[in-house]
Amino acid sequence: MEKVKVAVIGPGNIGSDLMYKIFRSEQLEMALMTGIVESEGIKRARNLGIKTSTEGVQAVLADEEIKVVFDATGAKPHLQHAPLLKAAGKIAIDLTPAAVGPYVVPCVNLDQVQTEPNLNMVTCGGQATVPIVYAINQVSKVKYAEIVACISSKSAGPGTRQNIDEFTQTTAKALTVVGGAEKAKALIVLNPADPPMMMTDTVYAEVENPDEQAILASVETIVKQIQSYVPGYRLRVPPIIEGNRVTAIIEIEGAGDFLPKYSGNLDIITSAAIAVAEKLAAKILKKGEVA
Amino acid sequence: MSGTKSIHLVDTTLRDGSHAISHQYTAEQIATIAAGLDAAGVEYIEVSHGDGLAGSSINYGRSAISEEEMLKAASSVIKKGTLTVLLLPGIGTQEDLEMACHYGAKAVRIATHVTEADIAQQHIAMAKKIGLKTFGFLMLSHMVEPEKVVEQAKLFESYGADVIYVADSAGAMLPEDVKARIGAVVNAVSVPVGFHAHNNLTLATANSLAAIDAGASYIDGTCRGLGAGAGNCQIEALVGVLNKKGYQTGVDLYKIMDVAEGLVEPIMHRPQVVRNSAFMLGYAGVYSSFLLHADRAAAKFNLDPRDILVELGNKKMVGGQEDMIIDVAYQLAKKRGA
Repeated sequence: MEKVKVAVIGPGNIGSDLMYKIFRSEQLEMALMTGIVESEGIKRARNLGIKTSTEGVQAVLADEEIKVVFDATGAKPHLQHAPLLKAAGKIAIDLTPAAVGPYVVPCVNLDQVQTEPNLNMVTCGGQATVPIVYAINQVSKVKYAEIVACISSKSAGPGTRQNIDEFTQTTAKALTVVGGAEKAKALIVLNPADPPMMMTDTVYAEVENPDEQAILASVETIVKQIQSYVPGYRLRVPPIIEGNRVTAIIEIEGAGDFLPKYSGNLDIITSAAIAVAEKLAAKILKKGEVA
Repeated sequence: MSGTKSIHLVDTTLRDGSHAISHQYTAEQIATIAAGLDAAGVEYIEVSHGDGLAGSSINYGRSAISEEEMLKAASSVIKKGTLTVLLLPGIGTQEDLEMACHYGAKAVRIATHVTEADIAQQHIAMAKKIGLKTFGFLMLSHMVEPEKVVEQAKLFESYGADVIYVADSAGAMLPEDVKARIGAVVNAVSVPVGFHAHNNLTLATANSLAAIDAGASYIDGTCRGLGAGAGNCQIEALVGVLNKKGYQTGVDLYKIMDVAEGLVEPIMHRPQVVRNSAFMLGYAGVYSSFLLHADRAAAKFNLDPRDILVELGNKKMVGGQEDMIIDVAYQLAKKRGA
């Protein structure tokens, strides 16, 4: 089967996990891993027979065959990469908090945004909780959504730690823009327990006229859709309804591709990014843009 | 011990105390209590939601009034003392801190779990930049060995914190645990060190004295001990005890006793005594703010709150994970039903 060539910028934990997921994809071909210095991640990719570079985004721009680019660097580098990739006609899937393009949560709005040249993957907490809020909002209007994301300390890298305000702000924004809540708030807690606990997210929603059966059905349906690209996504506590408040708790076990299984927070964002890329690849291949 | 040593007191009746009244302070109560504390000579007066700025939420409980109103009420009456706020990165943001500064906050305590000091780097830097007196506050310090507390305290110091706090958020420490941690931090950093007690094991005052013996010069307390779990160190009693020990606090004993009895006691929802589930917090090493949430979950799922608290301790839940009380109660109830 024909595949679409993709590149990963940023050979850290997220970039390396993306690479392993690309290996398993039937539509994507791992054409390039690029960073700005020689690193463990670059070495790892090279040892696996992947073309590598320390020229950063330039190496991507130099390869015309690369159609889709994952950016797993940081917000500041992505702000520089985004216009260059756009000018070169490459679609950027942004795993940084830069949010140059619209937020995308695959099971919610991928069909609406797939013509955009730049797609932002929100945050791990956003990927995990926006679908639940969206599902509730489909059947009972969500006036206010609040989520608590708990991730293990070991799986929170320096990017998350030094930008914790961006995490809460971006996640809250996506709960309204993509999830449909009128207002939203996001909280994040790091838990250092050893062995590390799995990523756990609690979703609270205040709704108008809750219809318990409809909410349960809607949430169960979206959970199945998420499981199609994140198999370790589970409802720990199915929606409990008290008055106008809905409470649900989910947990995410990572696939263990590159990162340990407790890193469900990283797995959900890389899995979502791959789901976006595969959808784009199908479109590109259908159009016959790849020779 | 020299009889002239000064101890800086931080009153957190209007912050930690808000847990015990489910965050229902009115602007009038805040203004009256803050004015009383200020007139009594309290140096730092902390005012925030119990879980810090932006803590008003479903997860932690909603405040009766907005943070702007709380801070306006306090800053309009505080003349001598320093209006202080609490911020937990992950809950509050730098924007919230800017708001607090705008409404008169002059000091901020930035709190993280004892192993996660690095999530506060940007907030401490920003607080210093806007001219706030900045405290680094390590929560649930009983959960790790003194060496780890020192490592994290040094991170706070390197980010620019003016004071480092060791907090016994679960009220789980014995006096020797306090001495070991405070002593190690005092030796390792060049800034003053403080201690925040909870009374779950009925040791809040004893532990505060142990902290002072080990070199702490900042101590927290609340009127009538009002606070999360079994409450905090009872500040009016602490002032008296410190007087007897020959320490200066700058606080007038009768005036602070009058604030406690005349202003705070009448608004308390229940006497701040060490009931069974509050004691269990300290015994199992669980975050004190979980108490009322665990009592509610126990009622809802028909469980003994002690079982919920012990399970939360086993699972090593940290501050801010109030949502996991529902999870633990749900799983316990499911197991019972199965």
